[in-house]
Amino acid sequence: MAQISGITEASTHPRSQSKSVTLRIARINPKHDNEKRFMDFTIPYERWTTVLEAILEVKKHFDHSVAVRYSCRQATCGSCGMIINGKPRLACFTKISELGTEVVTVEPMNNFPIIRDLAVRFERLFDSHHKIKPYLMRDDSEITSNEKEFLQSPEELEKYIQFANCIKCGLCNSACPTMATDSSFIGPQALAQAYRYVADSRDRGKDSRLKIIDESHGIWRCHFAGSCSQVCPKGVDPAMGIQFLRGYLLGFRS
Amino acid sequence: MKIHYGTALAAIALVAVHVLMRLTQGFAESLEYESVIANYKFLPYAGMLEIILILLSIHGFNGLRVILLELKQGRAYEKAVSYGCVAAMIGLIAYGSRTILMVNMGMI
Repeated sequence: MAQISGITEASTHPRSQSKSVTLRIARINPKHDNEKRFMDFTIPYERWTTVLEAILEVKKHFDHSVAVRYSCRQATCGSCGMIINGKPRLACFTKISELGTEVVTVEPMNNFPIIRDLAVRFERLFDSHHKIKPYLMRDDSEITSNEKEFLQSPEELEKYIQFANCIKCGLCNSACPTMATDSSFIGPQALAQAYRYVADSRDRGKDSRLKIIDESHGIWRCHFAGSCSQVCPKGVDPAMGIQFLRGYLLGFRS
Repeated sequence: MKIHYGTALAAIALVAVHVLMRLTQGFAESLEYESVIANYKFLPYAGMLEIILILLSIHGFNGLRVILLELKQGRAYEKAVSYGCVAAMIGLIAYGSRTILMVNMGMI
């Protein structure tokens, strides 16, 4: 009965009024093209329509060849990073209505090699991420130790927990000005993750991690522009992590 | 990079002393020939000038090296930049030291 009344109530509301937006998508195939070109599509949208949904609408109804990487559609997998109206953002986490523009321009992320259109290669990001040993390092483990788990106080957890929210979307690396000029720079994503493990009270690999990042294209190349922290969709502050890591290297933190 | 921060901090302290020493006499007077020669002949002060020269050379050329390394990458390029900057740094320190040595050896 409740269901029926619900339906009746819903049918009395007027249908939402769709607006339309021009979605300008960058198209490039590095195998054939030297430069990006843009294709415009007029897409209807609702208040809740995300940029990713608009791109999928284009793929469904206009041009199925638009290349885009996506998966979870809820800002968890980190697949759909791209430049939206000039700023690195997750397409699934950006509503067209919030952008407030009549033209929404989407381009592939900066500082990443382009596969095609909006899809980019993540090898460099993952290589840098693996380089800083993103796991707890200690000789014993929960299995060999007499304790069933390594306990941590809320204060110890607080030191690094925000950095554990990283979804490896690459937006921070895309926004980083040093990444644009230094092709060997380790990048804010990997540095933030280095801090995440260095600050973890259960970890014993601090010295080896600090040695990895204290090299000519490591932590000291950061100019502290802070762009990485501004674009992170998960509220991670890589710039702060980098400053904390410098504190460890300069002996201000232990 | 620690050497970059260290040389900067040390240079700030010593350059402050250097500037304060200039203030003990009139600025124009401090730059007169006899005054400059007298400074070079006063060994503690000449030693401090030598240290400032070394600190600023290390700091400056290391900074230049870092800027050049950010512009372009590559094994050969990076080696050339690093060795080139060290050579230029040694050259500048040698040229600056030469003045102090010449004064104290009575060559000027």
